[in-house]
Amino acid sequence: MAVVETGAAPPVAAIRPRGASRREGWQRRLPLLPALIYVVVVTQVPFVVTLWYSFQNYFFDVPAPAHFTGFSNYTQAFTNSAFRGSLLRSVEMTVTAVIVSMILGVAFAVLLDRKFFGRSIVRTLIITPFLVMPAAAALVWSGPMLDPNFGLLNWLLEPFGVNHVAWLSTHALGAVIVVMIWQWTPFMTLIVLAGLQGQPAETLEAAKVDGAGAFATFRELTIPHLRPYIELGILLGSIYLVNVFDQVRLMTVGGAAAAGVITVILTIIVATFALRMFARVFQFEEAGI
Amino acid sequence: MTATPTRLVRNREPGPQRFRELTGQIGWGIFTWVVGIAFFLPVLWMLITAFKPESAAETWPPKFTFSPTLAEFRLVFSGWGPFVTHSAIATIGSTILVLVLGVPAAYALSVHPVKHWRDGLFFFISTKMLPIVAAIGPLYVIALKLHLLDSIWLLIILYTAMNLPLAIWMIRSFMLEVPKELLEAARLDGAGRIREMTGVILPVVSPGLVSTALICVIFAWNELFLALNLTTVNAATMPMYLISSVPQEGLYIAHLSAAATVASVPVIAVGWIAQRSLVRGLSMGAIK
Repeated sequence: MAVVETGAAPPVAAIRPRGASRREGWQRRLPLLPALIYVVVVTQVPFVVTLWYSFQNYFFDVPAPAHFTGFSNYTQAFTNSAFRGSLLRSVEMTVTAVIVSMILGVAFAVLLDRKFFGRSIVRTLIITPFLVMPAAAALVWSGPMLDPNFGLLNWLLEPFGVNHVAWLSTHALGAVIVVMIWQWTPFMTLIVLAGLQGQPAETLEAAKVDGAGAFATFRELTIPHLRPYIELGILLGSIYLVNVFDQVRLMTVGGAAAAGVITVILTIIVATFALRMFARVFQFEEAGI
Repeated sequence: MTATPTRLVRNREPGPQRFRELTGQIGWGIFTWVVGIAFFLPVLWMLITAFKPESAAETWPPKFTFSPTLAEFRLVFSGWGPFVTHSAIATIGSTILVLVLGVPAAYALSVHPVKHWRDGLFFFISTKMLPIVAAIGPLYVIALKLHLLDSIWLLIILYTAMNLPLAIWMIRSFMLEVPKELLEAARLDGAGRIREMTGVILPVVSPGLVSTALICVIFAWNELFLALNLTTVNAATMPMYLISSVPQEGLYIAHLSAAATVASVPVIAVGWIAQRSLVRGLSMGAIK
């Protein structure tokens, strides 16, 4: 028990809850600790090491001892136009892919929210791209779908005057973005659909009784209701997609430690913005929504 | 349901308008079907191509009639043994570890929350913002020093860290759904924290745990980047088998499609069977 040092001894009863609350505090904290320690060790330590290496002249495939080089890696990374260009491209791709898949996601969710014959089958079809292994999706799109000589897309577009386009060489960025949109639209659809189905029926009915048109109802009632869901989809989609594009970039450009750190810093800037959105979601929750 | 008010209103409407509404509904239904099939088309094309003989796969115009063969599948199955085993171990192992670590953590962030539970939650999700590419070099060096390179344990450890934040978030949202009265009743019965967890919370959140596990399985099974950079032989996974199965020359489209099908089918099948659970997991985990 805590030792009371002051002369004016507070009543014992006042101390006991404090001790009890400390115990209570640890009882609350204890279940959190294993996961917390695990995540700190596995995800933060490599980043600290990255930070350390970024100031060193060190190659892990060369046995020569590392030495401190100050900011030279950073100047190198920043002055490397290939790196800057690729970084910008990765931001561009993430933004495009996330926005387009969210727009499609909202559209699909609205379509799926209606009752029609075979709704669950169509929902299954639309979910499937999210389940396909990304490596498989990349291979299937680059070969059977987009190949200039025998790809299905060129055949489908032939009536519209498209003639054996080599999509992957003429529209490389666009092709990657299309595949990402294809994989992530289902994810957005599911989140928005959940939001639509959670919309209170009475409000919609009241709007109809008041003579509001379908579009006005959608804009004035449904979109505000969907907002936390949409923000959340955008947040999660950005997190995963930015990682995917970073990986594509690393495989195409190659990455030094300093380049890695710059990526981290930029990602954290984006993340701060994203976290604000996330915090708003929690405010919604507290407001009882 | 959202459709209820429409139906109520419709009953009061005169014939012609009702007819128009009905045809409109059928029209939208057909439109949705078309969209769904168009979206599914690449998967369908992958399946069809997988059953083609190699000579029928690279033709112009694309062939829709051919004599289906299992030759390519046989070829794929002849070499997939170690890869599928590694993938299964890494996926199941990491998912179990995620649940073991995630359930208590979610409990500490929801039922009896720690003081700064919101900061804790933010911390977990913020680790997802750190791009893996920035840490791959050091991860390689650390794994090398710990003799974990090319080991299945390394993948289990990393996949757990990869999935844990989202899992904690989702499990927490399911725990918030546990009725307060149930917890109160258990407390009055003199149940401690452990019995509260095993007797009250776990039975209620178990469907949510299934959803969470499902999403962890999807991400772990499909992961390529870490496996590609940190393993070679002893822990190589299915995505690596898929990539290595593409030859540099000759006709390979049918083989590629068969390999892509085999690699994707486990997750697609699980996702289809547990669709409701998946939808529930994403939506619940998303907002609450």
